Amino acid sequence: MKLKISKGFDIKLVGKALPELVQDIQSDTYSFKPTDFPGLARPKVLVNEGDTVKAGTPLFFDKWNEQVKFTAPVSGEVVEIKRGARRYPLEIKILADKVLTYESFTSHSASEIANLSREAVLSQLLTSGVWPNLVERPFGLVPKPEHKPKAIFISALDSHPLAPDYDFVFSGEENYLQAGIDVLQKLTDGKIHITTSSGKGSVFKNLQGVEKHEISGPHPAGNVGVQIHHIDPINKGEFVWTTTPYGLQQIGRLFLDGKYDSRKVVALAGSEVKKPQYYSTYSGASLKNFVEGNLKSDNVRFISGNVLTGAKIDQDGSLGFNQNMFSVIPEGNHHELFGWILPTTRKVSFHKAFGLLSFLSPAKERVIDTNLHGEERAIVQSGVFEQVLPMDIYPVHLIKSILANDFEEMEALGIYEVIEEDFALCEFVDVSKMHIQAILREGMEALQEA
Amino acid sequence: MKFLRNTLDKVKPLFEKGGKYEKLYPAYDAFETFLFVPNHTTSAKGVQVRDAIDLKRLMMTVILAMVPCLLFGMWNVGHQHFIATGNVDATLMEKILIGAWVVLPIVIVSYGVGLGIEFFFAVRKGHSVEEGYLVTGMLIPLIMPPTIPLWQVAVATAFAVIVAKEVFGGTGMNILNVAMTARAFLYFAYPGDMAGSSDVWVYTDGKEMVDSYTGATALGLAASDVSGNVVMALDAASLSFMDLFIGIVPGSIGETSALMVLIGAFILIVTGVGSWRIILSAFVGAWVVGLMFNGLAGNSDNYFMTLPAHYHLIMGGIAFGIVFMATDPVSAAQTETGKWIYGFLIGALTVLIRVFNPAYPEGIMLAVLLMNVFAPLIDYFVIDANKRRRLKRLKLNAA
Repeated sequence: MKLKISKGFDIKLVGKALPELVQDIQSDTYSFKPTDFPGLARPKVLVNEGDTVKAGTPLFFDKWNEQVKFTAPVSGEVVEIKRGARRYPLEIKILADKVLTYESFTSHSASEIANLSREAVLSQLLTSGVWPNLVERPFGLVPKPEHKPKAIFISALDSHPLAPDYDFVFSGEENYLQAGIDVLQKLTDGKIHITTSSGKGSVFKNLQGVEKHEISGPHPAGNVGVQIHHIDPINKGEFVWTTTPYGLQQIGRLFLDGKYDSRKVVALAGSEVKKPQYYSTYSGASLKNFVEGNLKSDNVRFISGNVLTGAKIDQDGSLGFNQNMFSVIPEGNHHELFGWILPTTRKVSFHKAFGLLSFLSPAKERVIDTNLHGEERAIVQSGVFEQVLPMDIYPVHLIKSILANDFEEMEALGIYEVIEEDFALCEFVDVSKMHIQAILREGMEALQEA
Repeated sequence: MKFLRNTLDKVKPLFEKGGKYEKLYPAYDAFETFLFVPNHTTSAKGVQVRDAIDLKRLMMTVILAMVPCLLFGMWNVGHQHFIATGNVDATLMEKILIGAWVVLPIVIVSYGVGLGIEFFFAVRKGHSVEEGYLVTGMLIPLIMPPTIPLWQVAVATAFAVIVAKEVFGGTGMNILNVAMTARAFLYFAYPGDMAGSSDVWVYTDGKEMVDSYTGATALGLAASDVSGNVVMALDAASLSFMDLFIGIVPGSIGETSALMVLIGAFILIVTGVGSWRIILSAFVGAWVVGLMFNGLAGNSDNYFMTLPAHYHLIMGGIAFGIVFMATDPVSAAQTETGKWIYGFLIGALTVLIRVFNPAYPEGIMLAVLLMNVFAPLIDYFVIDANKRRRLKRLKLNAA
């Protein structure tokens, strides 16, 4: 299917990663953060500080979904387990070995994978650590193995600001991607859909056993939720699983090579990075070594992920599980005299209200800082959310139904079809500076408990 | 700039928790944020960057769009004053000065009373002062007759801000357009000062009007017992189409010039701040109903029905009301489909009220307020259709 999206907005920023891959800089520590997974009920940690682990050794599991093991991305020593309120584990930090060792899993040839049973596939996926690469909708949770998804969706493009170019990241990885798809075939009776960007995505063009789609248009064209909505929308009572090419790659490696190899190529980008480029590293990598001597200024924000859906981290913070990049942008902690009215072409804006002139040169890459540009206000419905959400959904009414805790209304208005990332642009353009993504998650949590 | 910042930082502790003027923090905050965009940054989770827009800028865009109406209105008040008093040689400057003398006090009273109440509620409820009143405060003077007593402006403003807005929870929560509520209040409480006799629309400064000057508005004239050709009657009263379009006629301060309103509409549409759907559909609605009445007029003795439809779009306050009041995002329909219906009905109702209700020569005020009330209902049906689509998909799947 060819999809064309017209609603949306590309935030064009300075500091896109150049297509150069750094292999010789590695992080010292790697972290696993249970907080990366919404909806975990009671994570039970299986290791202690001082234990040595291999890549693929279980670190914790969730009592609500016991079969899924969350495992170490690298081998080494567990140096720290951070806990929050009620001893909820926040972060498990591993000091990596110089040469990694791996838990061994069964390896298969490409042709053998086709003959595996669903049970055999499930048990290897669940115990090895690759399972959390799958995301279950509604609600964006770690999937329950007993659920059968009606389809599996993969977006083979990332349209977020400064996002990595998947054609570069996955070139030469076709056999792993294909193996990943062959494995996923066992999990659903429905189709596997993969969507590439129109005119790009050559790496994904020859994959077999998938429904291929092409999408064009501004962000959020790359969001899998938008693709699902237009290809095969989620109804109440249905499950759809999604993953990324990173997930396919790791699943492919697990079955072809017999090990949990969490290696991934991630981008380091943003206006404050001297040399924005790609790094070959592992899941949960610490940022520190990548930015050492590679920053233009001090007053910066480090972000695990992109500027729309990522999270603020410290300089020695680490990459979130499902993140594929680090962003470094200026911190916006400054006062600006009459900043609310002076005309400017420098500031990024979707709006064209008086003095906001960035729309005159939409292709220009700009520097953006973290300033809120205003204060939180009451909802004023200006019709702008609808212009950046290419779905047949009324975002303001959905948000209001969540604030009113009206479960039936949330359901009727389509909460099952969206997760945070789909509403991130709404949060960006919001005049009232509300925390739309957080509100959406509250709604999903309320429904889950109901 | 450094000096300003330092001064602000120095007095800030007085207004913060535990400070001497702790209670007045919202007032301090409003002043500080007027000068400086605060140094607040995005939170650790959620979007890490924000659009450069904020509510202040949005509101200022609307105010800017009203400036042509305000300036022209000031000139026109002076112009009508000199015509009425028989001084045809008055200069541009004299007209503007008289106009400013009349209009600025009304603007000051409107802002003074309105913002005062907003500050009071902000301090009481401990939230920051919201910017919504910046627009309302300018709208109110523009829809008042130039002769309105200042105390009435004050009372109407207070009534509108408290009863139409704060009672519902403040900015963003009101059901009725606040400025239109202020006008409606005066219209029903002090009808003699808002309509009726022709000296309402012209500031004479107590001087006698010259005999040749009628001071009648086009609407008043058309609704009165004109027999025969309404257009000829209008022309006779020097209210030709061109006069009405440019706005050199008596009327409320900011509403007379369709041309200036169009400039405002252009600003609102280009900046994306006002909904072009509402503006377009409202004008279409008025025009279509005007045409319909032309067709139905036949032998009816209501000669107003025979008025060419395009006259309806430029007479009275309809253009101003459509562009600046119907588009108020808070009280309008909020769905895109709903905006088409909402706008169309405002236009249609305005003409309907004009032509068939001699008690209310101008229909836009009641049309906007009425549709404000019905806007949630329109949205309800539009959203219900969305829910049905989703439900239908589910049933198809189950079958």
